[in-house]
Parts: sequence; structure tokens; C-alpha cells
Amino acid sequence: MKKLKVLLVDDEKDFVNTLAERLELRGYQVLTALNGESALQIVENDPPQLVVLDLLMPGISGLDVLEQMKTLSPQMPVILLSGRGSSAEGMQLGSYDYLMKPVNIDELIRKMEEAVKNTASH
Amino acid sequence: MADLNWYQRLISGLLQPGGEAASPDRYNILRRNIIVLMLLVTIVPLILMAAINHYQYRVTIKNEIVNPLRLLSNKTKHSFELFLDQRLANLRFIASAYSYEELADEKNLNRIFRILKGEFGGFVDLGLIDCKGIQISYAGPYDLLGKDYSQQSWFQEVAVRGVYISDVFMGYRKFPHIAIAVQLFNEERGCWILRATFDTDIFDNLIASMGLNPQSDAFLINHKGIFQTSSKFYGKVLEPCPFSPPPGKYGSLLTEGTDSGGREILTIYTLLEKPNYTLVVVKPRSTLLKTWFTLKSEMFFIFFTSVILIIMVVFKLVGVLVKNMREADEKREFAFRELEHSQKLSSIGRLAAGVAHEINNPMAIINEKAGLMKDLVEYDKQFEKKEKFLELTDSIIQSVERCKTITHRLLGFARRMEVKFEMLAVNELIKEVLGFLEKEYIYRNIDIRLQFAGDLPRISSDPGQLQQVFLNILTNAFAVVEDGGHVSITTCDEDAEFIGVSIQDNGCGMTAETQKHIFEPFFTTKKGYGTGLGLAITYGIVKKLGGDVKVQSAEGRGATFTVYLRKHPQMNQGQP
Repeated sequence: MKKLKVLLVDDEKDFVNTLAERLELRGYQVLTALNGESALQIVENDPPQLVVLDLLMPGISGLDVLEQMKTLSPQMPVILLSGRGSSAEGMQLGSYDYLMKPVNIDELIRKMEEAVKNTASH
Repeated sequence: MADLNWYQRLISGLLQPGGEAASPDRYNILRRNIIVLMLLVTIVPLILMAAINHYQYRVTIKNEIVNPLRLLSNKTKHSFELFLDQRLANLRFIASAYSYEELADEKNLNRIFRILKGEFGGFVDLGLIDCKGIQISYAGPYDLLGKDYSQQSWFQEVAVRGVYISDVFMGYRKFPHIAIAVQLFNEERGCWILRATFDTDIFDNLIASMGLNPQSDAFLINHKGIFQTSSKFYGKVLEPCPFSPPPGKYGSLLTEGTDSGGREILTIYTLLEKPNYTLVVVKPRSTLLKTWFTLKSEMFFIFFTSVILIIMVVFKLVGVLVKNMREADEKREFAFRELEHSQKLSSIGRLAAGVAHEINNPMAIINEKAGLMKDLVEYDKQFEKKEKFLELTDSIIQSVERCKTITHRLLGFARRMEVKFEMLAVNELIKEVLGFLEKEYIYRNIDIRLQFAGDLPRISSDPGQLQQVFLNILTNAFAVVEDGGHVSITTCDEDAEFIGVSIQDNGCGMTAETQKHIFEPFFTTKKGYGTGLGLAITYGIVKKLGGDVKVQSAEGRGATFTVYLRKHPQMNQGQP
């Protein structure tokens, strides 16, 4: 089975790289972005199947990034991953789900697979 | 304004006694002060009114009773005067109608006497006396012919005044009599006197016609205080009277006093113009003022009944008033505490959220690094001390999990997420929650007793949040009961707005002090392993859903948590 192409967006370099490496170890194709601008560029130029997005970032905030991504590619599922409690706004703006840091990798993967599967079936 | 100030100071001083606001003494003092004040302003005017009425009625009734009596005395006096005037007129007529010679003839005089006796009655004798005082002719039972009256005082008096009415005296038949005489004058003879005597039966008749009651008395006395008629109580005719007539001229005079028998009496003296008699009417006060005493006792009865009624109403009213004030004060204090509590919750919530977020990020890095280490070790088949490494990384990941539990709860506590209302059956929801805990209560042999109301209506609420509520309370209950203990869950339809869910355990219970703080964040009795957030979150959720949660407990006697849930959400409820 062909593994997913995922974009991780988070300003914490340590976090994003480590998580990317772990996902790659599990066979995923992982793209990373440390801010909103580069994330949007990647989505525009090399659209992934799924985005895992942090909310609090310098520059454009996670919610703005989400909004623009949804304009660029409405079908692409976005999972929010943040240290904050929850995000009703994020859910309203069309994110697939919300996960809180620190996250168990198995739970993240399950959620990612589910998101892609559910979005594809629509 | 100055006047108003002292008045306000007095009132506020009375109604706001100093001391601790919450002290029960304050309400007792307040109650006492209001009662005293109300009794003063109601009973003092009542007493004044009653006293004034008492006095006025006394005066009025006395007048009303005394006046008719006075009137009766006057009438009787007039009757006496009329009677005597009539007898004098008879005598004057005879003296004028007949000449001296005709009257001097005893035959004629006897004839006139007989007619007089026959027509008017009571006459005893009739005589003619010349200007020298010698009895010229006489018709009557005595042998008085030729008797010389010139030295007697009545002869002098009739000579001067022309008319004489004697005091009462005893006649030869031992009957009280009275003598009257008139003087006439003509040219040939000079002056001569016609004198008649008659008995006083008519006096007694006149007194009897007053119709006095048996306790009362009436009699005539002369100016020397000698009875002219017999008295019922005070003596016989011609005996001295114990009452001496007041000196001076008067129509009628009322005096009050006690008689020789010690009776309290009212006495009315009425002076006759001619002769110098006094009519005395004596009435005992007790019979006279009987009406007044009846009225007085009725007035006293009404007064005391009113006073008792006022006291009862004042006590009851003030009791209710002070109770309401006390309840209002307590409600206000409670609302203030609630506000303080929710402010505390909200500020702690914000702090917790900030801290949790800041910790979550580095925690995530630790988690991922440890995770990667674990991954690397797992994927490397030749790694030495693989097990030891996995043990270490697992330990790190587990510690991160523990931290995550805490930060997640902190954030959950602070979360202001939207409430999603849907219709749900609380009984079913509780069963689901019990499902999560099944392993624990079966393993620990805890007896779960369900007493679900069969007709419990479905309510509109947030199932996720309610699950959290019951999970928290049940987790606490399981934590305090011993193995083999029991937990009862009761649901009931409280009223039109609320349903109630009670969760009762037979655990160690808690003190009143603990109950006060139980819903405060970070308050815990589970030393070492409680976050102190479970019940604070529960409280927050229930309040957000428009309900309430209450705890009842005593040390060593278990605890009952009762959650009241609205059947339908209130307006503006569930807004973040």
C-alpha cells in the first residue's frame, strides 16, 4: 500500500524534525514547514495528501494558514496539533480534527489514515 | 431636615444593631428591637385612647344617669309645693269667702270643715284665731276653744308674713301632722287668722310615686335636719337625719359619699321654696352606675383582647420579617461566595491554560525525541542493551503521559468550548459511564445499587460533558469506598425544571470544612495522587449547563453528591 504524503507545519524545529523522522521510519513521505508562508508555498507547489498544522506560529497564525489552505485545496484534510486546549474556530474553519500535544504517534497515525480515508470517500 | 436626621438615626440604630453580620445575635437583637418599636407605636396610642374613652364615658354616663334623677327630684319638689300651695289656697278661699262672723259661728265652721274634709281629705281640724291670738271658734277633735296662741312663734310668723306652714308634728292620734295658717284683715275687726291641720299621708304618697328602686331612698327633712317623712334606711319621722342639708340657697345639689352603713351613695338635695324643707334622694352608686360598670368591663375586655391580638400579630409578623431578612442576607452572601468562587475558577483556569500550553510544547519535544529513540532501538536488530533502552524510553514516554494527563485536565478545566445540546436519557448515560468503570467495581467487589426513576423525562443537555461529570463523581466515590462497599445511584424527576441524580457512597465521608472547599480547584484530600481538579471541573460543567451540584456528608458516614440538571437549557446558556 502506498504511504501518504504528509506536510508537518510547526515552528518548533526540534519537534517537527523528530516527528517527521518517526513518520518516515513508518514509511510516510513527510514534508516540513517551520512557518505559515512556506507551508502555503508547499501546498501550492507540491500539494500533500494531508497537513498536520500547529496553531501558534510566528507570522501568519495557524488559523489563517488553515483558512488559506482550505481555499487552495478544499479537499485536503488538515489535522490541528497544538498545545492549546481545543479550537472551536479551527473546527469551524474546516479542520478535520484537533489533537493536543504531546501526542501519541499511534493515535496521530490512526487519525491521519482516517482523515484521508474519509475525505477520499466523499 | 435636622429633625429627620435624628429620626433616621434612631430608626437605623434600632434596626441595624452592630455586631458581626453573620451572628445570629444580630437577628435576635433586630427582632427584639422591631417588636419593642412596633408594640410601642401600637399599644401606647391604644392605652391613651382607652384612658380618654374611659374618662369620657364615665362622665357622660354619670350625667346621663344623674340628670333624670335630678329631674325626678325637681318634679317631686314641685308636687310638694303644689300640694302645699293648694292647701293654702283652700284656706285663703274659705277666709275670703266667709266673713269673720260666719266663721266665728261654730256651726258654720263645722259645716265648712266637713265639706273641706270630704272634698280634699287629710284635714284634721280648722280654727279661727283673733288678732290677740285667742281661739275664737274650732272644728276638730281637740278642745281648743279660748286657747291663747299669742306667745307661740308660729303666731308671730303669720302676723309678720301673712302665711305659715309648720314643720311636721305628732297629732293626738300619733299621726304626723302639719299645720297651715293664713292671716286676713278687715276694717272692722282688724286682723284674724284661719288655721288648719292635716296629716302627711300625701307626703308619703308623693315620695312613693317617684318609683325608686328598693335600694334607693327619698325623704323630706327640715332646715334643722329632722325627718319630715320616714326614711327606708335612715330613720323615722321626727328623728334627726344623719344627713344635714347643705347650707345656702340652691336648686338641687349632688354629693357623693358613704352612708353610716358604709354604702357608697349619691345624694341629691332639692330645696323646697316654701316651706323650708329639703327633699333628699339617696341612691347607692353600685345600682346607679351599673351600666357604667358593664360598659367598663366590656371596654377592658376589648382593650385586653386588642393588646393580645396586637402582640400576637407583631410577634408573628416580625418573626416572618426577620426570617425573610435573614434568608435574603444569606442568599446575598451565598451569591457573593458563588461569584467569588467562579472568579477564582476563571482566573485559575486562565493561569492553568497558559501554563499547560507552555508545558505541552516542550513535553511534545521530549515525547517525540524519546519516541524516536525508541523507534531507532526497535528498528535496529543488533542493538546492544535493547531491552534496557526500551525500558528507559518507555519510562520517559510514560512520564510524559502522566504530565499530559495533568495538562489536559488543566486545559479541560479552562476550556470554554461550546456546549452541544441534544436530547438524552440520563439513566442510559449513567449506565454508559458505569461501563467505563465496570472493571474496577467488579474487581473490587463494589455493590452498585441503581434506583432509576422509570418515568424520567429525556433532557436537553451535552452528553460528553455529562459523562465527564458523572465519571468524576463516580471515580471519587470509588476512591473513598472500601473494597466490598456500595455506591447507590438514584435518579428522580425533581420538578417542572429539574431532574436530580444522587450518587451516594458509604465511604469515609468528610468534614464540614472539607465540604466548603470541595469544589475549589486544587483542593484535594487524596494526598499525593489527586489533582484537585475533578470536582472543580464537575462543578464548572454543571453550572455551565444551568444546573447545580450539592454535597451532603458527615465524617465516617459516607457522602451524597446530588446533581440537578435542567430539562431544557435556559436562554443565553452554553455561550462561551
